[in-house]
Amino acid sequence: MDQQTIDKLLSLSRLSLLPDDREKLLRDLSSIVGLVDFMRSIDTEGVEPLAHPLEVTQRLRPDEPDTSFDQEHYQAIAPQIRDGLYLVPRVVE
Amino acid sequence: MTEWEAVIGLEVHVQLATRSKIFSRAATTFGEYPNSNANAVDIALPGVLPVLNEEAVRMAIKFGLAIDAEIASSCRFDRKNYFYPDLPKGYQISQLDQPIVGRGTLPISFGDGSIREIGITRAHLEEDAGKSIHTAYDGLTGIDLNRAGTPLLEIVSEPELYSAAEAAAYFRELHGLVTTLEICDGNLNEGSMRCDANISIRPKGAVILGERTEIKNVNSFRFVERALNYEIDRQIAVLESGGKVVLETRLYDSERDETRSMRSKESSDDYRYFPDPDLLPVEIPDELIESVRVTMPELPTAKRNRYIHELGLTDYEAGRLIEDPLGARYFDAVAELSVDAKLAANWILGDVAAALNRDEISFVNVPIAPDQLGTLLNRIQDETITGKIAKSIFELLWTKGGSVDGIIESQGLRQLDNTRELEGVVSQIISDFPDQVGQFREGKEKILGFFVGQVMKATNGKANPKQVNEILRRELRA
Amino acid sequence: MNPYASVTQLRSGLDNGDFSADELAHFYLDRIDAAEDLNCFITVDAEGVLAAAKRADKAIADKRIGPLTGIPIAHKDIFCTRGLLTSCASRMLNNFVAPYDATVVDRLKRAGAITIGKTNMDEFAMGSSNETSFYGPVKNPWDRECVPGGSSGGSAAAVAAGLAAACTGSDTGGSIRQPASFCGVTGLKPTYGRVSRYGMIAFASSLDQGGPLARSASDAGTLLNAMEGYDPNDSTSAIADPTDIFSSSRALKIGIPSQYWNDLSPSLTKVLEEARRTLESLGHRAVPVELPHTNAATAVYYVIAGAEASTNLSRYDGIRYGHRAASPENLEDLYQFSRSEGFGSEVKRRILTGTYALSVGYYDAYYLKAQQIRRLIRQDFLDAFGEADVILTPVSPSTAFKREALIEDPISMYQQDIYTTPASLAGLPALSLPCGVSDQMPVGMQFIGPHFGESLLLTLGREYQSETDWHALHPADNHD
Repeated sequence: MDQQTIDKLLSLSRLSLLPDDREKLLRDLSSIVGLVDFMRSIDTEGVEPLAHPLEVTQRLRPDEPDTSFDQEHYQAIAPQIRDGLYLVPRVVE
Repeated sequence: MTEWEAVIGLEVHVQLATRSKIFSRAATTFGEYPNSNANAVDIALPGVLPVLNEEAVRMAIKFGLAIDAEIASSCRFDRKNYFYPDLPKGYQISQLDQPIVGRGTLPISFGDGSIREIGITRAHLEEDAGKSIHTAYDGLTGIDLNRAGTPLLEIVSEPELYSAAEAAAYFRELHGLVTTLEICDGNLNEGSMRCDANISIRPKGAVILGERTEIKNVNSFRFVERALNYEIDRQIAVLESGGKVVLETRLYDSERDETRSMRSKESSDDYRYFPDPDLLPVEIPDELIESVRVTMPELPTAKRNRYIHELGLTDYEAGRLIEDPLGARYFDAVAELSVDAKLAANWILGDVAAALNRDEISFVNVPIAPDQLGTLLNRIQDETITGKIAKSIFELLWTKGGSVDGIIESQGLRQLDNTRELEGVVSQIISDFPDQVGQFREGKEKILGFFVGQVMKATNGKANPKQVNEILRRELRA
Repeated sequence: MNPYASVTQLRSGLDNGDFSADELAHFYLDRIDAAEDLNCFITVDAEGVLAAAKRADKAIADKRIGPLTGIPIAHKDIFCTRGLLTSCASRMLNNFVAPYDATVVDRLKRAGAITIGKTNMDEFAMGSSNETSFYGPVKNPWDRECVPGGSSGGSAAAVAAGLAAACTGSDTGGSIRQPASFCGVTGLKPTYGRVSRYGMIAFASSLDQGGPLARSASDAGTLLNAMEGYDPNDSTSAIADPTDIFSSSRALKIGIPSQYWNDLSPSLTKVLEEARRTLESLGHRAVPVELPHTNAATAVYYVIAGAEASTNLSRYDGIRYGHRAASPENLEDLYQFSRSEGFGSEVKRRILTGTYALSVGYYDAYYLKAQQIRRLIRQDFLDAFGEADVILTPVSPSTAFKREALIEDPISMYQQDIYTTPASLAGLPALSLPCGVSDQMPVGMQFIGPHFGESLLLTLGREYQSETDWHALHPADNHD
C-alpha cells in the first residue's frame, strides 16, 4: 500500500487529491486490506457469487425505436457544444 | 535463410441491423444532425439504465447457429472501464467471461477450390461508442453520440489464418455470411463491419507463436490484405536484422500503404471488468434458439454446394453469385423459372451485372423482375427467339419495361425457323453473291460466316442460326 | 393547521374543504422558511408547488381525486426532477437541471402529489450523517448540534420538523432507515426491485432502493403504493403485486437475532427490549434466530458498494452536463480537473477504494469474495424466515451523534451501518420506526421482512403505532 498504488488508482479514476486526502486515502486502503483478511477467514468453498439479491433473469425488450425524446433540452445543459457536437480539447491519436 | 510463416487472427466488429440500439430505444438509423439520435441513456445522463434489445440477442443466436457454435444457455454482460469522450458512461457494456456464442467454425473457400474450416473462438454482444470528429474546430474535438449504443457483435477468430490473402478471404466470407443472414447491412464504407488483426511471424514449422502486433482499422477486403502483407514484411525485416517484434497496436495508413505505431491510449489501462449490476443474467432457453433457427436462410456454403453440385455451375460462377446476397436471391428466382441454370448464371453475371454497373445501381432496384428474365431465357431455350434478339429484348425491358412475350409479339421478333421461308432467303443470298459462293466451293470454309451474316441481315436477325447453317451448307454444296 | 398531520388526515381535510391545497402549500412553505437553519432543502420550488396546488384544488373540486392529490411532498435531491435542479448534493451537479423525471417522481405526480422542493443529502448518497453535502450539513430538528443521519438526512429532518407531508429517500446500506431513527420518523427500504431506480442517480446498483419517509407506517404505505411497480426502463425492476397496505394483522413470530443485540449499548437495549415487550403484548411471539454472517456485512458492503459506485460515477466528466473545469489544456486535464473539482473528499475516497477492489489482481480476493459472502448473508435470512415471520433489530448502535464527531473517524462512521447493511445485501424489505427515546433523542427499531413482505412490515408497524405514541412525538415537544 504505497504512493505508487495511489498514483495508479488516481490515474485510473481520473482524480487528483490534496495531500490531506492522500493521507486519509492511505488509511482507507489499509483498512480495506484489513477487510480482505477478515473476509478471507470466512469459508466460501463452493459458494456461487451473488450478483443480484433476487435471482431473476434479464427481460428482453422488443426492438421498437422511440424517437420521442427531448434532445434540445439535453443539448441546452451541455457545458460546451457547437453545431450539436460536444466539445473537448483536441484528442491526439 | 529462414522461411517464415505468418499466423493471423481477426477480430471483426459487426454492427447489427436492429431498429433500436442495444440498451436504449433510440433508433439505429442515423440522423444527419450530430447527437440527434442520442437519447438520455445514450448520453449517460444521471439516473438512466440499460434494457436489453431482444433482436440483438436473436441476431447473435442466428450467427451462432450459422457457424455451428454453442449458444450459451446463460450469458452475462460486464463493464469494461476506461475513459474516452466517445464513451459517455466511462465504461462499455460488453461480455467477458460469459459470451453469448461459443466456439464455431467458418468454412473458407480459396481460389483453387479448396475449402478449409477456420475456427471461431467466440462471438459476443457489446455496445458501440460514439464518434470523435477531430478536424472540425481549432484545438477542439467534437463528439457525436449518434452511434453510441448501436449493437455490435464482436467475432473473434482462432489464429488459423496463415497469409494476408487468407485473412482477406475470411473477412470476405464473414461479410457474405452476416449479410446473407441479414444481421448486418455489410456497408463497409459506413463502418458496418470493422476489422482488427493480430499478426505474428514464426519460422515455418515452429509451434510457438511469435510476438504479435495488433493492426487496427483495416476496413475493406483490399486493405486487410495490403496491411497484413506490409506487416508481414516489416516483421520479417525486424527479425532478420536481429531485432524483436514489439507487442503494440499499429494503425494502417491506406494512403501510404504502411502500418504505424499508435500512441497507445489505453495500453496501461486496467479495464477492471466486473458484471454489470444494472443488467441481469440473460437466459437463453431452447425455445428461443429454435424460434431463431426456423428463420435461418440458406447459408453461403450450402448455397455454393447446391449451385455447383445440383445446378452444375463452376466454382467461379458460384463464388461470384454468392458475393451479393441480393444477386444470389435474384439468381435463385430466375433459376427456378428458367430451364437452364447455367444460362441464367451467364446472363446474370454478364448482361445484368454490366447493366447494373453502367447505371450505377444494384440488385435493390434492378428494373427487370426475375420472372421476366426467366421467361426471356426460356424463349431462347425453346428457340422462339435467337440469342441476339434476346439481347435487344433485354435492353428494351431494362430501359422501357414491358413483358417478354408482349415485345416478341408486338415487334414480330419470333425466330424465323420456317424451313421453306429460310430456303427462300438462302437461295436469294446465294444468287446475289456468286463470287463468295465460288470461294466457298474452292475450299474457303470460313466464308460460311459471311453468308450467315447476310441471311441474318436479310431477316433482321430473326433467322434460326442452326437451321441457316444447315440450309447453307446443303445449298452451297449443291 | 397541524404541521404533523398524517397523509390520511390531510386527504380528508382537503376533500372536506377544511383547507385548500393552496393554503396547505403556503403553510409548509412558511414553515420551511422559518426552519431555514436546519438546511433541509437544497431547492424550494415555491412557484412550482403553488401552481401545482392550484391545479390540485381544481381537481378536487372536479372530484378527480387521487390518493395524494394536493399533498405536498419533497424529493431527496437524488431523484431527477424535470426542470428543477437535481444536484445529488454535489458540486459536480450543482448546475444540472434534469431534463426528465425519475419514474418515482412521475408516479407520485400521477397520484396527485405536489413537489415542494428537493431535500439535502450526503453527496452522491455516500455518508451516514449528511455532513458531506456541497450545500452544507443538515441539522437534526431534535438537537441542532446533532446530525440527522444520512444519506437521506434532509428528508428525515423535513418530515420530523413538519416541513412536508412526507418525503422520498434512497437506501443503499441504511440511508433511509438510519436517518429515520435519528429523527424519530418512519422510513421504509422496499424489497430490491420493488421501486424503480430509473432516474434515481446511481450509487450502488445492486443495493439502491428508493422509498418513503413519513410520520407513520400508514403514510409510508400510501406513498409506497404510489411509488412501487414494474418499470420497463429498469432491468432490475420486479414484477410483483402491489403492496397490500390495508391487510389485517395476525399473530407473528418475531425473530430476535443475537448477533444484532449482543453489542448494543445498555440504554438502547432497554428501549428496544421495551418495544419487544409491547409487540408481545399485542399477541406476537419472540423467537431466537441466528444470522451467523452478520459481522461480515460491513466489509462485504464496503467492497461491493464501493466497486459499483466507482464505475457508476465515471460518467461525470463535464462533457455532456455538470461541472466542467474552466480552462483545461488537454483532455486529461479536462477529466482530472472537472472530476477533482466536482467531487468532495468522501466521494473521491470511495471511488478510489472501489477502483482498488476491482483492479487486476484484487478482483478475486475482494469483489468476488464479497459476492460469495453476500450469498451466505442472504441465506442466513432465508433460513431465519423459516423460523420467524419478521425479524426485529436495532437500527443504529447509537442515537444521533454530534456533528463532526465521527467525520474524522471513517471506521466508526462505517460501523453506523452494521444493522442496516445486511438487509440491503440480501435485498430484503426493512422498516425503521420510532420506538422510544434515549437522552432525549429518538431511538428507532427495524423490522426486516422476507422478499416482497412489505405488507407484513407495514401492518405490524401500524399495529405498533396504534398502541404507542413514539411516532407522534415531535421535536417541538422536546424543546426546553
